[in-house]
Amino acid sequence: MATLVYVEEPGDLTQQALAFARGLGEPLHAFTTGDPLAVTGVEKVHHAEGDAFASYAPAAIARALVELVEAQSPSAVVASGTPRGNEVLARVAAITDLPLAANCVASTPGDPASVTRTRWGGSLLEEARIHGERLLLTVQPHAVAPEPATDEPAPVERFAPTLAEEDLVVTVRERAGSSAGGVSLAEAKVVVSCGRGAGSPEGFGIIEELAGLLGGAVGCSRAVTMAGWRPHTDQVGQTGTKIAPDVYIACGISGATQHMAGCKGAKAILAVNIDPEAPILASADYAVIGDLHEVVPAISAELRKAQKGTAEPG
Amino acid sequence: MRVLVCVKRVPMTGGRIVLTDDAQAIETKHLGFTVSPHEECGVEEAVRLIEANAGESVVLTLGPPEAEEQLRDAMALGADRAIHLVTDGDEWDAQSTAGAIVEAVRSDEAANGAFDLVFFGNESADSGGYQVGIRVAYALGRPVATGLKGVALEGGAARCEQEVPGGRDVFVLPLPAVVTVLEGLNLPRYPSVPAKLRAQRKPVDASSPTRPQPRLEKLRLVVPESQGKEAEILGHGPDAAPAVVEVLQRIGVA
Repeated sequence: MATLVYVEEPGDLTQQALAFARGLGEPLHAFTTGDPLAVTGVEKVHHAEGDAFASYAPAAIARALVELVEAQSPSAVVASGTPRGNEVLARVAAITDLPLAANCVASTPGDPASVTRTRWGGSLLEEARIHGERLLLTVQPHAVAPEPATDEPAPVERFAPTLAEEDLVVTVRERAGSSAGGVSLAEAKVVVSCGRGAGSPEGFGIIEELAGLLGGAVGCSRAVTMAGWRPHTDQVGQTGTKIAPDVYIACGISGATQHMAGCKGAKAILAVNIDPEAPILASADYAVIGDLHEVVPAISAELRKAQKGTAEPG
Repeated sequence: MRVLVCVKRVPMTGGRIVLTDDAQAIETKHLGFTVSPHEECGVEEAVRLIEANAGESVVLTLGPPEAEEQLRDAMALGADRAIHLVTDGDEWDAQSTAGAIVEAVRSDEAANGAFDLVFFGNESADSGGYQVGIRVAYALGRPVATGLKGVALEGGAARCEQEVPGGRDVFVLPLPAVVTVLEGLNLPRYPSVPAKLRAQRKPVDASSPTRPQPRLEKLRLVVPESQGKEAEILGHGPDAAPAVVEVLQRIGVA
């Protein structure tokens, strides 16, 4: 068997990981503790069964994956570079004492294999060689095109892995209450954000107004959360939320690498900045040069006019 | 109780990354240094735990002699003492880093007793390998939970909260345990001037481990090609509003 892919759940990121893994060598096998029938496009799905997998249990998942790897001896083990994909593969790497390359954008198998992986949340790339008897890597989300899902489920091989007591300790005991309310930053189609230039927590009033008119979410820079003006859940960036809206309206955001690592997924970026030399202009699609305290209310007013126009046709 | 927190010295990159001529590192001549925001929250949490429960908080780093600056910063926030695994400035891969930390933990614990909790950032700001804390936990035979935005003591256990879409997943780890944390865990304090002065006098235990051959061997760094993008200027000041709305309508969000 050539390449084994850990599938956390079906979806676009899984299809990207499958496409990447195919480039490392076929046949492609998948490992999952979730619904095995939902995994398509592979030669075989290995499904670990047992009570341990009723809720997310990363130590047990990793132990099961190691058991499968030792039985099947794939030359490469791949997962999507999501929080859980990275966690499970790091546990496999720790158990097997193999090197792991996280968040790769390219790889060529061989001895040693070569990888290109992201650093600084994608602001920098590293070319590296990886010396191990088996290649372990995770795939940077949205770096490769997903392969189309087929509707033919693959044959499923079920197995009940041998788990030690210590593998059962790290398991989700409960789902604590959500703070859901308004539009989630990660899923929003429009995000309007502001930096320290808002001037105060109250300064976000005009940002909230514009986001509200567009049915979007409010974001902010790290400086704003550090000042205690907005909760960390609003922070866009390498150590905040990674967003992928249709349009990102960044007001008074200079464009530090820490921030830009969080909004690379935006389809379009509109910068409102008083400084025509601000680094964000090198990543933005559109820009308005001016004081956000004047520009943002003017955009809101114009939007209201336009919305009124469509509400009262004729 | 005893708590250890591990940090890594990294440059403050600002708006544009420039590499050294040999493409092995970021040119840092004009840059300051810091630790990852995740680790800053780890330090704050370790200090709060000791303030509430008494005991000792220790900060550890593997890095060049200059990384003492980051150890002093952590001690200014309240860490009691530091362990410095001094390198010659060459980068260590995640496996080597974890190996050196495990040895340092074992030797400190032989003298002073077990660390109830060991904190790591979920991933380093620079290399982002997502694995050092996990490797250390497995080598020490301790449970580990990752990507946490909540850590609280409950009896002899740590209640660990991970943010997921729709809420927070809760893990309960018996101590001793390892946790990797994210920014947002807390809002770190600013150090006072007296705290900075006190930090200068706190002990740093330095040693120089030998760097093994890296198994993830960095060849070179590359700044990704920018899309050659040039922003279309829609206008200056509030007069640009109609052009902005037109763009938003074209994109289909207004």
